[in-house]
Amino acid sequence: MNIFNWEWVGRNWIAIVERTWEHVFLTAVAVVVGTVIAIGLAVVAVRRRRWYGPITSVTNILYTVPSLALFAFLVPFTGLSTLTSEIGLVSYTLLIIVRNTVAGVDGVSRGVREAADGMGFTARRRFWKAEFPLALPVIMAGIRIASVTTVGLVTITAILGQGGLGYFILAGLRSFFWTQIIIGTVGSVLLAVVIDVGLLWVERLLTPWTRRAAA
Amino acid sequence: MTDRPLVEELRLFLGDPQTWWGPASIPLRLGEHLLLSAVAVLAAAALVIPPALWAAHRRRGVVAAAAVVNIGRAVPTFGILVVVVVWLGLGPWPALVALVALSGPPMFTNTVAAVLAVDPAVLESAWGMGMTGRAVLMKVELPLALPVIAEGIRIAISQVIATATLAALAAGGGLGRFIVDGFAKRDQGELLMGAVLVAAVAVVAEMLFTRGQRRLVPSQASAEGSR
Amino acid sequence: MSDQAGAAGQPMISLQDVSKTYDAASAPAVESLTLEILSGEIVVLVGPSGCGKTTVLKMINRLVEPTSGDIEVAGTPVGEGEPHLLRRSIGYVIQQVGLFPHWTVRRNIATVPELLGWSPQRISDRTGELARLVGLDESMLDRYPGALSGGQQQRVGVARALAADPPVLLMDEPFGAVDPIVRHRLQDELVDLQKRLRKTIVFVTHDIEEAIKLGDRIVILNVGGVLEQQGSPAEILSRPANRFVEDFIGAERNLQRLALRRVAELRLKWGPMVEVSTTPEAAREAAAREGTEWVGLLSDGVMAGWVPVSELPESPSLEGLEPRPFGAVVSRRASLRQTVDAMVGSSQEMAVVAEDGYYCGLVDFRMVSEALGSQRGSRAGG
Repeated sequence: MNIFNWEWVGRNWIAIVERTWEHVFLTAVAVVVGTVIAIGLAVVAVRRRRWYGPITSVTNILYTVPSLALFAFLVPFTGLSTLTSEIGLVSYTLLIIVRNTVAGVDGVSRGVREAADGMGFTARRRFWKAEFPLALPVIMAGIRIASVTTVGLVTITAILGQGGLGYFILAGLRSFFWTQIIIGTVGSVLLAVVIDVGLLWVERLLTPWTRRAAA
Repeated sequence: MTDRPLVEELRLFLGDPQTWWGPASIPLRLGEHLLLSAVAVLAAAALVIPPALWAAHRRRGVVAAAAVVNIGRAVPTFGILVVVVVWLGLGPWPALVALVALSGPPMFTNTVAAVLAVDPAVLESAWGMGMTGRAVLMKVELPLALPVIAEGIRIAISQVIATATLAALAAGGGLGRFIVDGFAKRDQGELLMGAVLVAAVAVVAEMLFTRGQRRLVPSQASAEGSR
Repeated sequence: MSDQAGAAGQPMISLQDVSKTYDAASAPAVESLTLEILSGEIVVLVGPSGCGKTTVLKMINRLVEPTSGDIEVAGTPVGEGEPHLLRRSIGYVIQQVGLFPHWTVRRNIATVPELLGWSPQRISDRTGELARLVGLDESMLDRYPGALSGGQQQRVGVARALAADPPVLLMDEPFGAVDPIVRHRLQDELVDLQKRLRKTIVFVTHDIEEAIKLGDRIVILNVGGVLEQQGSPAEILSRPANRFVEDFIGAERNLQRLALRRVAELRLKWGPMVEVSTTPEAAREAAAREGTEWVGLLSDGVMAGWVPVSELPESPSLEGLEPRPFGAVVSRRASLRQTVDAMVGSSQEMAVVAEDGYYCGLVDFRMVSEALGSQRGSRAGG
């Protein structure tokens, strides 16, 4: 009982709800902005194959640089701000979504592509009306991975004075107070699971034609 | 943060002899960082890969592997680090425990997935020709799984280098110290240098490993490059 | 397995009342099957999917353990001893070939000799020998399987199975994954190989045409591993035991029927064929007798080719002519369907039948259609 203090939770539930919303907000903004940029990059990579190498190299470097270093690097320029957090968080979503989008589009069967061409689709129309929707399951899988990863990374923005539920982890570390650490860590895991399931649901809505195969 | 311009702060940090020599110098912190990461990855590999190979060879651990991927991704590394440190105390050893715990899962999942992905026809012919279970594992499954296992190790290295940076928050050493101290002292020069050093280590390690990976599995490359 | 030679005609593999149930709740895959396979014969297990033919095969080398019943190979129960030792003495070829992609062709072929601990010199000699035996170019030995075509890969698969010279070969739809042209060639090669090696071969297929072509004996299995009929191809074709067998060999389809008959069953014509040692005069007579514009030349029974009558010389000898190769040549084991294919493919109304280059006779369209007619008649009568 001394490891988890329910009384503390009772006294601080407003702060917990606020931090949870902050966590959701930071994640949502990062994933939405990241998805838009990543799909844009993927469209370029699909249309102009020689750009695929450079685009994945750059996004891969962004992905490889440890998050703490990226935040620290940005602070002298953008300060301890939400902007700093978001730049960092967005940059981690790019690689996964770009890679999955290109793989998804590449995975569209040649038959579909030839049928689209045969019916006189322009390249642009073929992409948005045939290739992109058919690639959606793979793209959504990428977005789900990116979202779950982002939920974890948001905790690190605690050192920038934000962090959503990560705030409790950092506070718990400073005071060696288990209740806060557990709230922060377990809350973050639960949030990741809820967001993942929610996105799975969105994916089902967006791709009704895959449902019979999945059943 | 202070009002001094960034260039001035950088000049001050780089001009300080303690930056280059002594217990808080860049060479020492770099050494700590690399040592901590290397020990963590090697220990995790030794602990995780043999049982993962064996489990996958016996067609077990499939469900566990899938669960590990999903849970592993959802658990914040920062949270794990803090849990271990608060549980075991401050210092390098708890940090090491956390790093091993975090680098094990990607190696475990990749090893299991890689062995399970070996073409069933290849396995059937291996058993059918009279290979023992041990020979099937060592001569067929392991070599064919190697590229994907190596990919798991690469992911683990990447993650360990990043988390070793966070270890500084828990009173560990390593290059993360410059970042954490930079935040604490509001020293932008130190902060920036720390960030650049950590990024450089991560990117260089990734590049070196990717190159090594290609050399590690030459037969595979030529087998796939079917002319 | 100690008795390598296993005199021909002696039982090599026997299954006594063998059953296999994979899952207690489901129907058995094989139910009390009793079967004897003689040394040196090719037995083809054939049947629809779900008939347990692959299960039967895998129980012989213990990739699948029978639920009940006894299996013996060369008089020794397979259940005795370690399965991996048993398997090293039985060659195994599967449809997907299953070559090790990380080993060169050479090392793939050497797998079992290596397991048996042969010396490197012996392995290397044997590998070269096998490459020649299955018609693989030596230059391919140092490539990786990924660089080989499907047909070449299956040749390597056969070489690998033969590497340690096992008396028994198990083949599970080995030619199912290659295109029809390559498949027919591989089948012919297997027949040739078997003439020389006299292995005991258990061959699984769902293709009745393949079964007829390759089998000394055919075993037709129904769903659940029920034995419907066993016998020589001729027996099965002429006296199908029941409705299932009749349907399976495809009684209604003419093309299928063509596939079921072999050239060897026909009475071949000799045609306008003469030995090179005779005179041009005799050659002209032969062409006139048969009403053809060409003559075929033989040299001690071996086909040399054909020449148009107009090119026959006035000189007393036929030597020195340059005969053209025949367009359609089939073996006596070829099915009538292949024979018709060959005729159509070469735009001729006849095909030359030859074995190992030795001339056997001619087939033409009329003979093929008469053969079909006589079969129809006998079926209606029976």
